[in-house]
Amino acid sequence: MEGLVGRIWRFYADGFRNMTWGRQLWLVILIKLFIMFAILKVFFFPDFLRGKTDDEKSDFVSAELVKRVPSENQ
Amino acid sequence: MELDVNLIDWSRAQFAMTAIYHWLFVPLTLGLSVIMAIMETVYYKTGNEFWKRTAKFWMKIFGINFAIGVATGIILEFEFGTNWSNYSWFVGDIFGAPLAIEGILAFFMEATFVAVMFFGWNKVGKKFHLASTWLTGIGAAISAWWILVANSWMQYPVGMEFNPETVRNEMTDFFAVAFSPVAVTKFFHAVISSWIVGSVFVIAVASWYLLRKGESHRKFALSSIKVAGTVGLAASLITLFTGDKSAYHVAQYQPMKLAAIEGLYEGGESVGLVGVGVLNPDKAWYDDGEEDFLFDFKIPYGLSLLATRDANGFVPGIKELIEGGYTLPDGGMALSAEEKMVRGRAAVEAMAGYREVSRALKTADADSSDTAALETRLQEYDTILDNNMPYFGYGYIDDPKELLPNVPLNFYAFRIMVVLGSYFILFFIVLVFLAFKDRYRQKWLQWVAVISLPLAYFCSQAGWIVAEAGRQPWAIQDLMPVNVAVSNLSASSVQVTFFLFLALFTILLIAEIGIMVKAIRKGPELEQNK
Repeated sequence: MEGLVGRIWRFYADGFRNMTWGRQLWLVILIKLFIMFAILKVFFFPDFLRGKTDDEKSDFVSAELVKRVPSENQ
Repeated sequence: MELDVNLIDWSRAQFAMTAIYHWLFVPLTLGLSVIMAIMETVYYKTGNEFWKRTAKFWMKIFGINFAIGVATGIILEFEFGTNWSNYSWFVGDIFGAPLAIEGILAFFMEATFVAVMFFGWNKVGKKFHLASTWLTGIGAAISAWWILVANSWMQYPVGMEFNPETVRNEMTDFFAVAFSPVAVTKFFHAVISSWIVGSVFVIAVASWYLLRKGESHRKFALSSIKVAGTVGLAASLITLFTGDKSAYHVAQYQPMKLAAIEGLYEGGESVGLVGVGVLNPDKAWYDDGEEDFLFDFKIPYGLSLLATRDANGFVPGIKELIEGGYTLPDGGMALSAEEKMVRGRAAVEAMAGYREVSRALKTADADSSDTAALETRLQEYDTILDNNMPYFGYGYIDDPKELLPNVPLNFYAFRIMVVLGSYFILFFIVLVFLAFKDRYRQKWLQWVAVISLPLAYFCSQAGWIVAEAGRQPWAIQDLMPVNVAVSNLSASSVQVTFFLFLALFTILLIAEIGIMVKAIRKGPELEQNK
């Protein structure tokens, strides 16, 4: 089993080590993922219903659904 | 409660922009994966090193596109949680389950097989490597399946039941969701039309080599064109069939979208399909007395045939869809928009009443006579909700005019898609014929092939514009309009994130084009280069 894990590890490690044009791409990927998850998600895209229990979420959305009926229809 | 119109518009613009950018990367991934896998299969069968080098070059281009495009779709999921929180909660697991399956599958299949494809040359057997290349493409297609299942549910919500207790739709039939006719057709239409984009890309780049590098790259270019042209031609013909099927589904499940696509203000029997036309910009509503078109050429009986499979079939226009009163295919009578709005309001009120009574029941004394009365009321609300739930979203419609999607956008986007789709059939026939006869030497034609590349992207994007803009005002067809789905954020914060994404995606696109142009300029590793 260790042999298999070791071979898989070496397969990936050798692949990354011997990369030529791929290094530039990995840099792009890592910068992109950092911006997306560490900046955009944290600072600009918090979950709007974050911090609420499921019951509170149901209550909140239900209230929103009732409030948004056009006034003359209510 | 009146929401800021700016908030709805900016939220929609942000989502549209993110989806459009994401869809610049996806079709090329799907298309190239098939082409490079076929090339490697030829190498596997013949042992000819030329095909290995050819496949490796297109894999490199695939890798650049894959790396830069990967995870751009996740931003759409961020937006669901932040900008479309009511929608996210309301759809429940129906939306979450396919996206979760997609995420897990994409990660494991693509992370495994993409790595073997790139790192595995000379390290794994030829057969295993070939299988990995095919599985990379199959993995990408399966990922697309789940995304398209989620999208199809928004167009044609099935396999669920609304639970007023949780205010969520709960999946009752996984197979109805995963294999709804809309999902199946959408999958084949979106994925196979993406093969067209991949094929045009390969042909455009190969033609550029013929123009710029001449004879030294002729064998590589012509061989690539033969494979891509054959894939593209087959894909174009299949897309013609799936497009027809897709239009039929739109007619059945989203007739207002079809009316907008056709500029069909008044329906009837034996309706013609607008082949070419210019909409009258002054036309705003079916009874405003304005002409529908400044100019139009209709294919007789075309729309009836497309929508009902009967040349004399009845196709409702905007007028009939708003006024109702026509016979539906199942024999029932179509409701008017006003009737649907009344039933929608009844459904929303029943949901609110149900929740109020349910809360009262939780605190009531189990033995009291009130409990029995409350249970009866709960049952009544449940029945009202069940009877009116198909029209739930109409409860939020203030004016029937809100039910009409943007007619010019849908009308012209549809025609761009169809005209370019037809052009590509001709394009592939000519290219395949000339490439196989070794007569692809006309410089003007090679330039046409290069210039056709952006047209393939326009065609693909136009298809999505029809699918998404045609569904308006609905986020979920008939159940939830976008002005209810959207979170109550400040419009300015959505504007900020819109421009942040615009900047991020534009930088990514510039990086992609830059790295790709560099790789294309460097060219394939040809025998004479060694």
